[in-house]
Amino acid sequence: MKTQLIEKILQGDVRAAGRLMRDIEDETPDAIEELKSIYPYTGRAHIIGVTGPPGVGKSTLIDALITSFRRESMTVGVIAIDPTSIFTGGALLGDRVRMQKHSTDQGVFIRSLAARGWTGGLSKATTSMIHVMDAMNKDIILVETVGAGQAEIDILRIADTTILVLTPGMGDAIQMMKAGILEGADIFVINKADKDGAENLKMELQVMLEVKGKLRGEWEPGIILAEAVYGKGIEELVREILRHREFLTSSGELEKRRRERAKLELTTAIESSLKSYINDRIDNHCLEKLLNDLVQKKTNPYSAALGIINRSIKLD
Amino acid sequence: MSPDRKLRILVAKPGLDGHDRGARIIARTYRDAGFEVIYTGLHQTPEQIVNAAIQEDVDLVGFSILSGAHLTLASEIKRLLKEKGADDIPVIGGGIIPDEDIPKLKEIGVKKVFLPGTPLDEIVKWTKKNVRPRR
Repeated sequence: MKTQLIEKILQGDVRAAGRLMRDIEDETPDAIEELKSIYPYTGRAHIIGVTGPPGVGKSTLIDALITSFRRESMTVGVIAIDPTSIFTGGALLGDRVRMQKHSTDQGVFIRSLAARGWTGGLSKATTSMIHVMDAMNKDIILVETVGAGQAEIDILRIADTTILVLTPGMGDAIQMMKAGILEGADIFVINKADKDGAENLKMELQVMLEVKGKLRGEWEPGIILAEAVYGKGIEELVREILRHREFLTSSGELEKRRRERAKLELTTAIESSLKSYINDRIDNHCLEKLLNDLVQKKTNPYSAALGIINRSIKLD
Repeated sequence: MSPDRKLRILVAKPGLDGHDRGARIIARTYRDAGFEVIYTGLHQTPEQIVNAAIQEDVDLVGFSILSGAHLTLASEIKRLLKEKGADDIPVIGGGIIPDEDIPKLKEIGVKKVFLPGTPLDEIVKWTKKNVRPRR
Protein backbone atom coordinates (compact mmCIF):
# COMPACT_ATOMS: atom_id res chain seq x y z
CA MET A 1 0.00 0.00 0.00
CA LYS A 2 1.31 3.45 -0.92
CA THR A 3 0.79 6.06 1.75
CA GLN A 4 0.88 9.76 0.99
CA LEU A 5 4.37 9.93 2.45
CA ILE A 6 5.66 7.16 0.20
CA GLU A 7 4.06 8.82 -2.81
CA LYS A 8 6.02 12.00 -2.01
CA ILE A 9 9.26 10.12 -1.50
CA LEU A 10 8.90 8.30 -4.81
CA GLN A 11 8.57 11.72 -6.42
CA GLY A 12 11.81 12.76 -4.76
CA ASP A 13 10.40 15.06 -2.04
CA VAL A 14 13.38 15.89 0.19
CA ARG A 15 11.35 17.08 3.17
CA ALA A 16 9.29 13.88 3.24
CA ALA A 17 12.35 11.69 2.81
CA GLY A 18 14.29 13.61 5.46
CA ARG A 19 11.47 13.10 7.92
CA LEU A 20 11.07 9.41 7.25
CA MET A 21 14.82 8.96 7.69
CA ARG A 22 14.55 10.60 11.09
CA ASP A 23 11.71 8.28 12.07
CA ILE A 24 13.74 5.29 10.94
CA GLU A 25 16.72 6.41 13.01
CA ASP A 26 14.55 7.01 16.05
CA GLU A 27 12.81 3.68 15.46
CA THR A 28 9.24 4.92 15.59
CA PRO A 29 6.56 2.23 15.03
CA ASP A 30 5.34 4.08 11.90
CA ALA A 31 8.78 3.89 10.32
CA ILE A 32 8.62 0.10 9.97
CA GLU A 33 5.24 0.36 8.24
CA GLU A 34 6.58 2.92 5.77
CA LEU A 35 9.69 0.82 5.15
CA LYS A 36 7.49 -2.16 4.31
CA SER A 37 5.85 -0.22 1.51
CA ILE A 38 9.09 1.33 0.29
CA TYR A 39 10.92 -1.97 -0.11
CA PRO A 40 9.48 -2.88 -3.53
CA TYR A 41 10.84 0.38 -4.97
CA THR A 42 14.43 -0.29 -3.98
CA GLY A 43 17.33 -2.08 -5.67
CA ARG A 44 17.95 0.28 -8.55
CA ALA A 45 20.75 2.51 -7.22
CA HIS A 46 24.43 1.65 -7.33
CA ILE A 47 25.66 1.75 -3.74
CA ILE A 48 29.24 2.85 -3.23
CA GLY A 49 30.94 2.55 0.15
CA VAL A 50 33.80 4.88 0.99
CA THR A 51 35.84 3.80 3.98
CA GLY A 52 39.26 4.31 5.52
CA PRO A 53 41.00 5.70 8.60
CA PRO A 54 40.13 9.18 9.98
CA GLY A 55 41.64 12.07 8.07
CA VAL A 56 42.51 10.31 4.82
CA GLY A 57 40.10 12.53 2.87
CA LYS A 58 36.94 10.43 2.52
CA SER A 59 34.59 13.43 2.55
CA THR A 60 36.76 15.38 0.11
CA LEU A 61 36.90 12.39 -2.22
CA ILE A 62 33.10 12.07 -2.06
CA ASP A 63 32.77 15.77 -2.82
CA ALA A 64 34.86 15.27 -5.97
CA LEU A 65 32.92 12.13 -6.93
CA ILE A 66 29.60 13.99 -6.62
CA THR A 67 30.90 16.59 -9.09
CA SER A 68 31.85 13.87 -11.59
CA PHE A 69 28.59 11.96 -11.31
CA ARG A 70 26.56 15.15 -11.63
CA ARG A 71 28.48 16.03 -14.78
CA GLU A 72 27.11 12.78 -16.19
CA SER A 73 23.61 13.86 -15.07
CA MET A 74 23.39 11.10 -12.49
CA THR A 75 21.50 11.89 -9.29
CA VAL A 76 23.40 11.31 -6.07
CA GLY A 77 22.55 10.48 -2.46
CA VAL A 78 25.16 10.65 0.27
CA ILE A 79 24.95 9.07 3.72
CA ALA A 80 27.82 10.17 5.94
CA ILE A 81 28.35 8.59 9.33
CA ASP A 82 30.28 10.09 12.23
CA PRO A 83 30.86 8.68 15.71
CA THR A 84 28.62 9.23 18.72
CA SER A 85 30.29 10.16 22.01
CA ILE A 86 30.09 7.24 24.40
CA PHE A 87 30.10 9.66 27.32
CA THR A 88 27.35 12.10 26.36
CA GLY A 89 25.48 10.36 23.53
CA GLY A 90 25.98 13.51 21.49
CA ALA A 91 27.66 13.73 18.10
CA LEU A 92 29.31 16.35 15.96
CA LEU A 93 28.50 15.59 12.34
CA GLY A 94 30.95 17.47 10.16
CA ASP A 95 31.19 15.54 6.90
CA ARG A 96 28.96 18.07 5.13
CA VAL A 97 31.59 20.77 5.52
CA ARG A 98 33.52 19.31 2.58
CA MET A 99 30.42 18.78 0.44
CA GLN A 100 28.39 21.93 1.05
CA LYS A 101 28.86 23.28 -2.46
CA HIS A 102 26.44 20.58 -3.60
CA SER A 103 23.76 21.47 -1.07
CA THR A 104 21.89 23.74 -3.47
CA ASP A 105 21.92 21.14 -6.24
CA GLN A 106 18.46 19.50 -6.43
CA GLY A 107 20.09 16.33 -7.76
CA VAL A 108 22.11 15.79 -4.58
CA PHE A 109 20.78 14.73 -1.17
CA ILE A 110 23.25 14.59 1.72
CA ARG A 111 22.33 13.14 5.09
CA SER A 112 24.60 12.91 8.16
CA LEU A 113 24.13 10.09 10.63
CA ALA A 114 25.55 9.48 14.07
CA ALA A 115 26.73 5.92 14.70
CA ARG A 116 24.68 5.84 17.94
CA GLY A 117 26.75 3.13 19.53
CA TRP A 118 26.80 0.87 16.48
CA THR A 119 30.24 -0.58 15.95
CA GLY A 120 30.83 -1.90 12.41
CA GLY A 121 31.61 1.55 10.95
CA LEU A 122 28.00 2.30 10.02
CA SER A 123 24.88 2.96 12.09
CA LYS A 124 21.98 0.64 12.74
CA ALA A 125 19.69 2.57 10.41
CA THR A 126 22.08 2.83 7.46
CA THR A 127 20.54 0.06 5.33
CA SER A 128 17.06 1.53 5.71
CA MET A 129 18.37 5.02 4.93
CA ILE A 130 19.81 3.63 1.70
CA HIS A 131 16.37 2.21 0.87
CA VAL A 132 14.79 5.65 1.22
CA MET A 133 17.34 7.30 -1.08
CA ASP A 134 17.02 4.40 -3.50
CA ALA A 135 13.24 4.86 -3.60
CA MET A 136 13.83 8.57 -4.30
CA ASN A 137 15.42 7.39 -7.51
CA LYS A 138 19.03 8.30 -6.79
CA ASP A 139 21.32 6.72 -9.38
CA ILE A 140 24.31 6.63 -7.08
CA ILE A 141 24.32 6.36 -3.28
CA LEU A 142 27.62 7.08 -1.58
CA VAL A 143 28.01 5.81 1.97
CA GLU A 144 30.84 7.27 4.04
CA THR A 145 31.77 5.18 7.08
CA VAL A 146 33.12 6.56 10.32
CA GLY A 147 36.90 6.79 10.30
CA ALA A 148 37.57 3.09 10.17
CA GLY A 149 40.38 0.73 11.04
CA GLN A 150 40.49 -2.92 10.25
CA ALA A 151 37.40 -4.18 12.05
CA GLU A 152 34.78 -1.85 10.60
CA ILE A 153 33.77 -4.06 7.72
CA ASP A 154 29.96 -3.74 7.69
CA ILE A 155 30.28 -1.56 4.59
CA LEU A 156 31.41 -4.62 2.59
CA ARG A 157 28.03 -6.19 3.25
CA ILE A 158 25.87 -3.27 2.19
CA ALA A 159 27.76 -1.66 -0.71
CA ASP A 160 27.94 -2.84 -4.31
CA THR A 161 31.37 -1.27 -4.65
CA THR A 162 33.62 -0.57 -1.65
CA ILE A 163 36.40 1.98 -1.97
CA LEU A 164 39.15 1.93 0.65
CA VAL A 165 40.95 5.25 1.00
CA LEU A 166 44.49 5.28 2.39
CA THR A 167 47.28 7.83 2.51
CA PRO A 168 51.06 7.40 2.33
CA GLY A 169 52.97 7.00 5.56
CA MET A 170 50.29 5.11 7.46
CA GLY A 171 52.23 2.12 8.63
CA ASP A 172 54.62 -0.54 7.53
CA ALA A 173 54.20 -3.55 5.35
CA ILE A 174 52.98 -5.65 8.28
CA GLN A 175 49.76 -3.67 8.34
CA MET A 176 49.16 -4.93 4.83
CA MET A 177 49.08 -8.52 5.96
CA LYS A 178 46.17 -8.00 8.29
CA ALA A 179 42.72 -9.28 7.54
CA GLY A 180 39.57 -7.19 7.38
CA ILE A 181 38.73 -4.31 5.11
CA LEU A 182 41.96 -4.73 3.12
CA GLU A 183 40.79 -8.13 1.92
CA GLY A 184 37.36 -6.97 0.92
CA ALA A 185 37.77 -3.60 -0.78
CA ASP A 186 36.96 -3.48 -4.50
CA ILE A 187 38.97 -0.35 -5.26
CA PHE A 188 41.93 1.16 -3.44
CA VAL A 189 42.57 4.89 -3.47
CA ILE A 190 45.87 6.31 -2.28
CA ASN A 191 44.84 9.89 -1.53
CA LYS A 192 47.23 12.78 -0.88
CA ALA A 193 49.45 11.01 -3.39
CA ASP A 194 51.78 14.00 -3.57
CA LYS A 195 53.14 12.97 -0.18
CA ASP A 196 56.24 10.81 0.14
CA GLY A 197 55.67 7.09 0.04
CA ALA A 198 52.68 6.92 -2.31
CA GLU A 199 54.45 4.68 -4.84
CA ASN A 200 55.74 2.50 -2.00
CA LEU A 201 52.26 2.06 -0.60
CA LYS A 202 50.98 1.19 -4.05
CA MET A 203 53.64 -1.50 -4.38
CA GLU A 204 52.84 -2.93 -0.96
CA LEU A 205 49.17 -3.07 -1.86
CA GLN A 206 49.94 -4.77 -5.15
CA VAL A 207 52.00 -7.40 -3.37
CA MET A 208 49.27 -7.93 -0.82
CA LEU A 209 46.64 -8.35 -3.52
CA GLU A 210 48.76 -10.90 -5.37
CA VAL A 211 49.36 -12.94 -2.23
CA LYS A 212 45.73 -12.82 -1.15
CA GLY A 213 44.57 -14.03 -4.53
CA LYS A 214 40.95 -13.69 -5.41
CA LEU A 215 38.93 -13.75 -2.22
CA ARG A 216 35.98 -11.84 -3.62
CA GLY A 217 35.44 -13.52 -6.98
CA GLU A 218 37.34 -12.85 -10.19
CA TRP A 219 37.61 -9.10 -9.72
CA GLU A 220 41.06 -7.53 -9.68
CA PRO A 221 40.95 -4.37 -7.55
CA GLY A 222 42.51 -1.28 -9.06
CA ILE A 223 44.82 0.97 -7.08
CA ILE A 224 44.39 4.65 -7.86
CA LEU A 225 46.65 7.53 -6.90
CA ALA A 226 44.60 10.63 -6.15
CA GLU A 227 44.72 14.15 -4.83
CA ALA A 228 41.04 14.64 -4.11
CA VAL A 229 41.36 18.32 -3.14
CA TYR A 230 42.57 19.12 -6.67
CA GLY A 231 40.32 16.59 -8.36
CA LYS A 232 43.35 14.57 -9.48
CA GLY A 233 42.69 10.89 -10.09
CA ILE A 234 38.92 11.31 -9.81
CA GLU A 235 38.16 10.61 -13.47
CA GLU A 236 40.20 7.45 -13.24
CA LEU A 237 38.35 6.49 -10.06
CA VAL A 238 34.96 7.01 -11.70
CA ARG A 239 36.06 4.81 -14.63
CA GLU A 240 37.15 2.14 -12.17
CA ILE A 241 33.78 2.34 -10.34
CA LEU A 242 31.92 1.92 -13.64
CA ARG A 243 34.23 -0.94 -14.63
CA HIS A 244 33.42 -2.63 -11.32
CA ARG A 245 29.71 -2.10 -11.81
CA GLU A 246 29.99 -3.68 -15.25
CA PHE A 247 31.91 -6.60 -13.75
CA LEU A 248 29.29 -7.10 -11.03
CA THR A 249 26.50 -7.38 -13.57
CA SER A 250 28.27 -9.50 -16.16
CA SER A 251 29.80 -11.94 -13.68
CA GLY A 252 26.64 -12.54 -11.67
CA GLU A 253 28.42 -11.19 -8.60
CA LEU A 254 25.82 -8.43 -8.16
CA GLU A 255 23.04 -10.99 -7.85
CA LYS A 256 25.16 -12.90 -5.34
CA ARG A 257 25.95 -9.82 -3.24
CA ARG A 258 22.33 -8.68 -3.23
CA ARG A 259 21.23 -12.12 -2.13
CA GLU A 260 23.70 -12.02 0.74
CA ARG A 261 22.41 -8.58 1.63
CA ALA A 262 18.81 -9.78 1.60
CA LYS A 263 19.80 -12.60 3.93
CA LEU A 264 21.54 -10.17 6.28
CA GLU A 265 18.49 -7.90 6.32
CA LEU A 266 16.25 -10.85 7.03
CA THR A 267 18.35 -12.12 9.94
CA THR A 268 18.60 -8.61 11.36
CA ALA A 269 14.84 -8.22 11.10
CA ILE A 270 14.27 -11.57 12.79
CA GLU A 271 16.60 -10.64 15.63
CA SER A 272 15.06 -7.23 16.23
CA SER A 273 11.43 -8.43 15.94
CA LEU A 274 12.15 -11.29 18.30
CA LYS A 275 13.90 -9.00 20.72
CA SER A 276 11.04 -6.52 20.91
CA TYR A 277 8.49 -9.37 20.99
CA ILE A 278 10.17 -10.80 24.07
CA ASN A 279 10.88 -7.42 25.69
CA ASP A 280 7.17 -6.62 25.43
CA ARG A 281 6.27 -9.82 27.27
CA ILE A 282 8.98 -10.06 29.87
CA ASP A 283 7.68 -10.09 33.44
CA ASN A 284 9.71 -7.77 35.67
CA HIS A 285 9.08 -9.80 38.79
CA CYS A 286 10.26 -12.92 37.03
CA LEU A 287 13.29 -11.06 35.65
CA GLU A 288 14.34 -9.90 39.12
CA LYS A 289 14.12 -13.44 40.42
CA LEU A 290 16.19 -14.75 37.53
CA LEU A 291 18.83 -12.09 38.13
CA ASN A 292 19.06 -13.12 41.78
CA ASP A 293 19.44 -16.74 40.75
CA LEU A 294 22.16 -15.78 38.30
CA VAL A 295 24.14 -13.83 40.85
CA GLN A 296 23.88 -16.74 43.28
CA LYS A 297 24.85 -19.12 40.46
CA LYS A 298 21.63 -21.13 40.89
CA THR A 299 21.09 -20.93 37.16
CA ASN A 300 23.08 -19.88 34.10
CA PRO A 301 22.38 -17.20 31.44
CA TYR A 302 21.83 -19.79 28.69
CA SER A 303 19.09 -21.77 30.42
CA ALA A 304 17.56 -18.58 31.81
CA ALA A 305 17.35 -17.07 28.31
CA LEU A 306 15.70 -20.17 26.88
CA GLY A 307 13.24 -20.15 29.79
CA ILE A 308 12.27 -16.55 29.04
CA ILE A 309 11.83 -17.24 25.33
CA ASN A 310 9.68 -20.30 25.95
CA ARG A 311 7.52 -18.47 28.47
CA SER A 312 7.01 -15.51 26.09
CA ILE A 313 5.85 -17.77 23.30
CA LYS A 314 3.48 -19.72 25.56
CA LEU A 315 1.89 -16.43 26.66
CA ASP A 316 0.36 -15.93 23.22
CA MET B 1 6.49 2.48 23.02
CA SER B 2 7.41 6.11 22.49
CA PRO B 3 10.84 6.44 20.94
CA ASP B 4 13.51 8.49 22.61
CA ARG B 5 14.20 11.12 19.99
CA LYS B 6 17.54 12.82 19.92
CA LEU B 7 17.65 16.56 19.32
CA ARG B 8 19.27 17.42 15.96
CA ILE B 9 20.67 20.91 15.57
CA LEU B 10 22.25 22.69 12.59
CA VAL B 11 24.97 25.14 13.55
CA ALA B 12 25.35 27.52 10.63
CA LYS B 13 27.84 30.17 9.71
CA PRO B 14 26.21 32.34 7.07
CA GLY B 15 27.79 35.18 5.18
CA LEU B 16 31.26 36.47 4.64
CA ASP B 17 32.98 36.67 8.01
CA GLY B 18 35.56 33.97 8.51
CA HIS B 19 35.53 33.62 12.27
CA ASP B 20 33.86 30.40 13.31
CA ARG B 21 35.35 30.00 16.75
CA GLY B 22 32.05 30.90 18.38
CA ALA B 23 30.11 28.55 16.13
CA ARG B 24 32.55 25.74 16.87
CA ILE B 25 32.30 26.26 20.62
CA ILE B 26 28.51 26.15 20.41
CA ALA B 27 28.65 23.04 18.24
CA ARG B 28 30.85 21.31 20.78
CA THR B 29 28.78 22.47 23.70
CA TYR B 30 25.65 21.06 22.09
CA ARG B 31 27.41 17.80 21.35
CA ASP B 32 28.50 17.54 24.98
CA ALA B 33 24.89 18.18 26.01
CA GLY B 34 23.98 14.98 24.15
CA PHE B 35 22.59 16.51 20.96
CA GLU B 36 23.43 15.57 17.39
CA VAL B 37 25.00 18.62 15.82
CA ILE B 38 25.46 19.18 12.11
CA TYR B 39 28.12 21.73 11.31
CA THR B 40 28.34 22.99 7.75
CA GLY B 41 31.44 25.18 7.77
CA LEU B 42 32.15 28.78 6.79
CA HIS B 43 30.65 31.14 4.21
CA GLN B 44 27.25 29.54 3.82
CA THR B 45 24.46 31.12 1.83
CA PRO B 46 20.97 31.12 3.37
CA GLU B 47 19.92 28.69 0.64
CA GLN B 48 22.68 26.23 1.56
CA ILE B 49 21.69 26.48 5.21
CA VAL B 50 18.00 25.93 4.60
CA ASN B 51 18.61 23.00 2.24
CA ALA B 52 20.92 21.39 4.80
CA ALA B 53 18.32 21.92 7.54
CA ILE B 54 15.69 20.12 5.47
CA GLN B 55 17.93 17.29 4.29
CA GLU B 56 19.09 16.71 7.85
CA ASP B 57 15.60 17.12 9.38
CA VAL B 58 16.88 19.26 12.24
CA ASP B 59 14.86 20.60 15.18
CA LEU B 60 16.73 23.89 15.37
CA VAL B 61 18.91 26.13 13.23
CA GLY B 62 21.43 28.25 15.12
CA PHE B 63 23.43 30.86 13.21
CA SER B 64 26.51 32.82 14.20
CA ILE B 65 27.12 36.12 12.43
CA LEU B 66 29.88 38.61 13.14
CA SER B 67 29.75 40.53 9.87
CA GLY B 68 26.92 42.93 10.62
CA ALA B 69 24.66 41.41 7.96
CA HIS B 70 22.48 39.58 10.49
CA LEU B 71 19.21 41.30 9.57
CA THR B 72 19.52 40.51 5.86
CA LEU B 73 20.80 36.96 6.37
CA ALA B 74 18.28 36.06 9.08
CA SER B 75 15.29 37.29 7.08
CA GLU B 76 16.50 35.38 4.04
CA ILE B 77 16.86 32.18 6.09
CA LYS B 78 13.35 32.63 7.50
CA ARG B 79 11.92 33.43 4.07
CA LEU B 80 13.46 30.32 2.46
CA LEU B 81 12.34 28.06 5.31
CA LYS B 82 8.82 29.28 4.74
CA GLU B 83 9.07 28.93 0.97
CA LYS B 84 10.19 25.32 1.34
CA GLY B 85 7.45 24.45 3.83
CA ALA B 86 9.85 24.11 6.74
CA ASP B 87 9.12 27.18 8.85
CA ASP B 88 8.25 24.95 11.79
CA ILE B 89 12.02 24.68 12.31
CA PRO B 90 12.91 27.37 14.87
CA VAL B 91 15.87 29.68 14.26
CA ILE B 92 18.14 31.20 16.91
CA GLY B 93 21.26 33.28 16.53
CA GLY B 94 24.33 34.73 18.11
CA GLY B 95 27.39 36.83 17.38
CA ILE B 96 28.15 40.51 17.28
CA ILE B 97 24.66 41.97 17.26
CA PRO B 98 23.81 45.52 18.43
CA ASP B 99 21.18 45.65 21.18
CA GLU B 100 18.81 47.69 19.07
CA ASP B 101 18.74 44.95 16.41
CA ILE B 102 17.54 42.24 18.78
CA PRO B 103 13.87 43.29 18.62
CA LYS B 104 14.20 43.48 14.83
CA LEU B 105 15.55 39.93 14.70
CA LYS B 106 12.68 38.76 16.92
CA GLU B 107 10.27 40.45 14.53
CA ILE B 108 11.84 38.57 11.62
CA GLY B 109 11.12 35.40 13.57
CA VAL B 110 14.43 34.63 15.25
CA LYS B 111 13.34 32.97 18.46
CA LYS B 112 16.29 33.85 20.63
CA VAL B 113 19.54 35.81 20.38
CA PHE B 114 22.57 34.97 22.51
CA LEU B 115 25.20 37.68 22.82
CA PRO B 116 28.92 37.18 23.51
CA GLY B 117 29.58 36.33 27.14
CA THR B 118 26.47 34.20 27.60
CA PRO B 119 27.40 31.23 29.81
CA LEU B 120 27.34 28.05 27.74
CA ASP B 121 25.15 26.17 30.20
CA GLU B 122 22.56 28.91 29.90
CA ILE B 123 22.38 28.22 26.16
CA VAL B 124 22.03 24.49 26.76
CA LYS B 125 19.36 25.07 29.42
CA TRP B 126 17.38 27.35 27.11
CA THR B 127 17.62 24.84 24.27
CA LYS B 128 16.48 21.91 26.40
CA LYS B 129 13.54 23.91 27.68
CA ASN B 130 12.41 25.47 24.40
CA VAL B 131 13.29 23.08 21.64
CA ARG B 132 11.51 19.75 21.39
CA PRO B 133 12.34 16.99 18.97
CA ARG B 134 9.60 16.82 16.39
CA ARG B 135 6.33 14.98 17.39
